[in-house]
Amino acid sequence: MAKFEPVLTKNFGIEGIRTLDVYRKQGGYKTAEKVIKEQKPEEVVEVVKASGLRGRGGAGFPAGLKWSFLPPDREVTYFCVNADESEPGTFCNRVLMEEDPHQLLEGILIAGFATKTTTAFIYMRVEFHEQFHILQKAVDEAYAAGYFGKNVFGSDYSIDCYIHRGAGAYVCGEETGLIESLEGKRGWPRIKPPFPAIEGAFKRPTVVNNVETLCCVPHIFERGVDWFRGIGTENSKGPKLYTVSGPVNRPGCFEAALGLTARDLIFGDDHGQGMRDGKKVKGCIPGGLSVGVLTEAELDCHLCFDDVRNYGLLGLGTAGAIVIPDDADIRQVLKNIARFYSHESCGQCTQCREGTNWMYKIAARIAAGAGRISDLDLLVDITTNMGMMPGLSICGLPDGAAFPIRTIVQKFRSEFEEHIRNQKPGVVEQVIRKTNPAAYELPILGQRAVSV
Amino acid sequence: MAWQALDRTKPVFDKDAPPVLSEALRAKIRSFFPRYETQRAALLPALHVVQDALGHVSHKAMAEIAEVLEIPPSAVLDTLSFYTHYWDHERGSKVVVACRSLSCQLVGAEKVLDACKAELGIDEHGTTEDGKYSLVTEECLAACDHGPCLLINEKLHKCVTPEEVARILKDPKNAEIDPPRSNLFDGPAAAAPAPAIEAVGKTSDIQEMRES
Repeated sequence: MAKFEPVLTKNFGIEGIRTLDVYRKQGGYKTAEKVIKEQKPEEVVEVVKASGLRGRGGAGFPAGLKWSFLPPDREVTYFCVNADESEPGTFCNRVLMEEDPHQLLEGILIAGFATKTTTAFIYMRVEFHEQFHILQKAVDEAYAAGYFGKNVFGSDYSIDCYIHRGAGAYVCGEETGLIESLEGKRGWPRIKPPFPAIEGAFKRPTVVNNVETLCCVPHIFERGVDWFRGIGTENSKGPKLYTVSGPVNRPGCFEAALGLTARDLIFGDDHGQGMRDGKKVKGCIPGGLSVGVLTEAELDCHLCFDDVRNYGLLGLGTAGAIVIPDDADIRQVLKNIARFYSHESCGQCTQCREGTNWMYKIAARIAAGAGRISDLDLLVDITTNMGMMPGLSICGLPDGAAFPIRTIVQKFRSEFEEHIRNQKPGVVEQVIRKTNPAAYELPILGQRAVSV
Repeated sequence: MAWQALDRTKPVFDKDAPPVLSEALRAKIRSFFPRYETQRAALLPALHVVQDALGHVSHKAMAEIAEVLEIPPSAVLDTLSFYTHYWDHERGSKVVVACRSLSCQLVGAEKVLDACKAELGIDEHGTTEDGKYSLVTEECLAACDHGPCLLINEKLHKCVTPEEVARILKDPKNAEIDPPRSNLFDGPAAAAPAPAIEAVGKTSDIQEMRES
């Protein structure tokens, strides 16, 4: 395979690339101009479909196919750019927006043209303060240059672009949750169907795409579909930004063709450059917290849309790897994961609202040194009975909670069992009596709680 | 957050007190209307503007926002209570947000949080007596490559060690950032701003609003 040439990150580090002038000198907005002047929206959709571009936000849904679901006779179309990057371990969107904001805007222009968008909203999480100012400045410049607004490039295509800031809710990264939040309501995901393409924001056809997906779009038109299809594996085409964090020598965001192995991401000279302070890898969560965990032996997993499923993971996710070092207490890792989901569950579906909290309580008790072997089975049992995959929930958040907890308990079970066996006798009873004395007044619980 | 019961026998705010939202703030909120199809959609931006100007969104402010947006006050409370970013009670002038997610925890976020607690003498969700700092923890700040990280108002402090915490918190400029600011606080400059918005000021930033 030819040497991979980065495109998404090619402008990174160029002096003043955040300004329109410098971006234009690098050839920016030429592709958008060409596409809008010379092609029809339907052709643009077909090109993106042919390229095999799959959404980079986590689910991996083909972007062109998503756009083709829009009803043909629509008058108003909204475009939501998902910049609510809240998945732990993921920060590639942040890097894209702060290093090269105009690349995103050019992607919005082309994607907006393809979907006949009237207004594009960039839904950005509120913790991105600096990135917000950078991007807003870029939007202002683009407006002043006539790239947004009425009659873009002298055509009859008009598009508005606004930044809408979120307010700190993980679930607003789910596309219908995002739409609800955009409408000024709680970020409660909607029951589908109707899908956003038919009835989304303000009951109009709406497309929701991730920042990175849109950043890929200009390059597809600049370099051609064949170039794009030549990168990556069979079902996963194109470049991808991989991020790695945790105690590695060089945490950061690196561009590579889809299909990089987790081992290469952590130890590769171009990527993470190995572990800090001579630590070893215990495990790795390769795609944002929700996908599940790989053990050290499984690090040769290819991070593309298909191979990860062979290792019991949810999917590629956002390709944000978190490396767990060998000196980390696996019980604390489990507790942290469980707390995240219990905090971020929106509370609509009962089994997610209660289940995530339940798992957190169990994980916290195990971490406090009062676990039971049966707790491990119970955790696995809970994870199989919540979420979209058994068809129980509105959105995918409980699946995102189920996979990391299930895989970490299953793959590190011996370690958990060892911790539990080494607990002091009677500690379970003490902890339960302290935290919930009423449990021991109920005879049935009193009997169950003593067996470790 | 624990459930808080309101005493329904007493009004939650004084209806006769002078309004807390200035005319400039109301004009700012109205300037968001053309962006969206419904006025309610301007609620999140409105809450951001009000919280930035007043520090927190009191019940009185909520009722006044509802008045501007022409929606029931309960709708404002309903939305506000869902999001962790909004404060319905007094907070310190600087909010220290410590990231507690997995990436940061694996490189020592807990020690940083403990150092913050010790330095400020408050617990999570607490506010110092002089009203200068509030301390909260939040899930991933999407700066995992710089973990452990602290966010003080707008400024992100990267790769913080527990020893650095005292110095960072003593620095009076620890919340200032210097990005290329937009001419308009929150909107496209070219989209012909209504005259009412111009009255808020050309750079129309939070600070300017406070000064006026």
